Amino acid sequence: MIHNRTMIEARPAPSGTIGPIAWLRANLFSGPINSIFTLLGLYLLYVLLMPTIQWALINADWIGTSREDCSRTGACWVFINARIGQFIYGLYPGSEIWRVNLTFVTFAALIAWLAIPRLPFKHWVAAVALLGFPLFAYFLLYGGHFGLDVVETHRWGGLMLTLVLAVVGMVAALPIGVLLALGRRSHMPIVKSFCVVFIEFWRGVPLITVLFMASVMLPLFMPTGVSVDRLVRALIGITLFQSAYMAEVVRGGLQAIPRGQEEAAAALGMNYWKRMGLIVLPQALKMMIPGIVNTFISLFKDTTLVMIIGLFDLLGIVQAALSDSRWLGFSLEGYIFAGLMFWIFCFSMSRYSQYLERKLHTGHKR
Amino acid sequence: MSYKNNKLVMLTSVAALVLGASATTQAATLDDTRERGVVQCGVSDGLPGFSAPDDQGEWQGIDVEVCRAVAAAVFGDAEAVRYVPLNAVERFTALQSGEVDVLSRNTTWTTTRDTTLGLNFAGVTFYDGQGFMVSKDLGVSSVEELDGAAICIQAGTTTELNVADYFRAHDMQFDPIVFDTSEQTVGGFEAGRCDVLTSDTSQLAALRIQLSDPDNAMILPEVISKEPLGPVVRQGDDQWFNIVKWSLFAMLNAEELGISSDNVDEMLNSENPNVARLLGQDSNFGEGMGLSADWAYNIISQVGNYAEIYDRNVGMDSPLQIERGINELWNNGGIQYAPPVR
Repeated sequence: MIHNRTMIEARPAPSGTIGPIAWLRANLFSGPINSIFTLLGLYLLYVLLMPTIQWALINADWIGTSREDCSRTGACWVFINARIGQFIYGLYPGSEIWRVNLTFVTFAALIAWLAIPRLPFKHWVAAVALLGFPLFAYFLLYGGHFGLDVVETHRWGGLMLTLVLAVVGMVAALPIGVLLALGRRSHMPIVKSFCVVFIEFWRGVPLITVLFMASVMLPLFMPTGVSVDRLVRALIGITLFQSAYMAEVVRGGLQAIPRGQEEAAAALGMNYWKRMGLIVLPQALKMMIPGIVNTFISLFKDTTLVMIIGLFDLLGIVQAALSDSRWLGFSLEGYIFAGLMFWIFCFSMSRYSQYLERKLHTGHKR
Repeated sequence: MSYKNNKLVMLTSVAALVLGASATTQAATLDDTRERGVVQCGVSDGLPGFSAPDDQGEWQGIDVEVCRAVAAAVFGDAEAVRYVPLNAVERFTALQSGEVDVLSRNTTWTTTRDTTLGLNFAGVTFYDGQGFMVSKDLGVSSVEELDGAAICIQAGTTTELNVADYFRAHDMQFDPIVFDTSEQTVGGFEAGRCDVLTSDTSQLAALRIQLSDPDNAMILPEVISKEPLGPVVRQGDDQWFNIVKWSLFAMLNAEELGISSDNVDEMLNSENPNVARLLGQDSNFGEGMGLSADWAYNIISQVGNYAEIYDRNVGMDSPLQIERGINELWNNGGIQYAPPVR
């Protein structure tokens, strides 16, 4: 008698339990009440979405050069099309736009290098990104050296200006914020009180007031003839404001690290900066990621406030374009575009932070 | 224009005046401007027909043309302007602190502004005023017939006050329907929530384009408030004040004398002594302002006369299509009047 040792092949699951139909049955139509709600929901979606789709896609006008190309029965994306360059580069002179593009590409490449885990030389790239890149971007965007024409900051605008404001604000605010947080926990009375006063002052005033002071009052305190560039004024205001918020986020993270960590490091003979830099901060910063990214995202959106001091950020340039008498009446399209751009950037930041959290996950996560 | 932030404007301006008293008396703006190579001109951060960047990113508008005229007079190059977009609140401070040399930003000439802020108004580019827009279906041809009408108004502007005063003075009733933004106001008018929409005439023209059927709406002839809009300079520098004032007058005189950017070169040989004087052929009026003799020629050839800048920015050649009305020359039924060149 010969035993057949081959196994019976696995048979496919019953057709009623797999595939989209089964999924529908399990999740949407599992009973009469659920079926009714599903149908009701679908109907509501249809009622709400159809006009939007009709307006934004089906009846919309995409190709053309002037408002005459728009039928006005749907969205007029021609307006966005005609202005897209301005929305991205502001009033930056057309022949110099390659400089902005080069800066964008370099920035994206550096970020990608740092974000993709397999690539080597992370430390060097990070050093270049933090120290070299700002100078590179300044020389390239502003010019005045190496045979590049000066492009004054009042010509900067659109997405480019929004990114400049946000990136400078973020990069400058983080180290200042860390120092302020450490200072606030310090036992040295002068350092501590300075940090407390600084943080509480900047947290106590709205950003719009800071920008307003910087743009309206500051020039009057300056001696005649001395004027600080508007953009620089805004950048300083945003950085100081942001670093106060960052300091409190960092302090929150520092407090979560048990005292024993620092004491153990002290027992090994480490000095203050080594204890902080090698033991406490690496652990704390990891836990602060959601808080830091939160602050960054809110900063990114707050940059639109520079509109009140006459800088044309993404939203500002859209609004200025809306008041061109050749393109009156397309505010909905303009605002949808601006909203979408902001959403894309904020959502990417948020996704990246989630990825970072998973990657640096060390068991603190609960 | 809008007075939303009027109190704030006054407050900051007065504070600015106190703090910046020393800065306001700086003289020789012309020398500073020459050294810099550009005229710094404060414009609105976006107002249809007055100043807004076009598709190519170039500033366009009747306020912008004034800046270009000043640059043409000073440098012989109308493009030598740096535009500084300013909002209503910071505009006077920017001028007082020297951030701009001329403020050409849709600013109404009023007693307070002229006498307490250390500023001088250098003329009137555009005589604006509050008007009314109705649907043609209503069959109304005058404000007098609007007794009991529902009127759409934008909140927080003096517009509301003007309407109330006007209707009370004429013993009429009205029903104000107030909206927050101009888009909502247009929406309310279009949806039939009101019979009449009121705002400054230049604004009405811009709002009219946004209606789905602009041809069905008309602007009534009556204007119930005075809003003379013009360029502003700092007090204490009369030379610069004269330059801005006469740049504007040169464009008005050019229209009156029939000189335009098209025929200015032929006009150089004109027999008319007024034309010859304006174009600097047998006189040198530029000298008194520290400018070259062909200052007015440069303005007219590069920017144009007043009719040209009016038509291409707010008038019939522009989408706004605002009638000349009181902005016609004095000898044509309007009130635009420039002193003679002699």
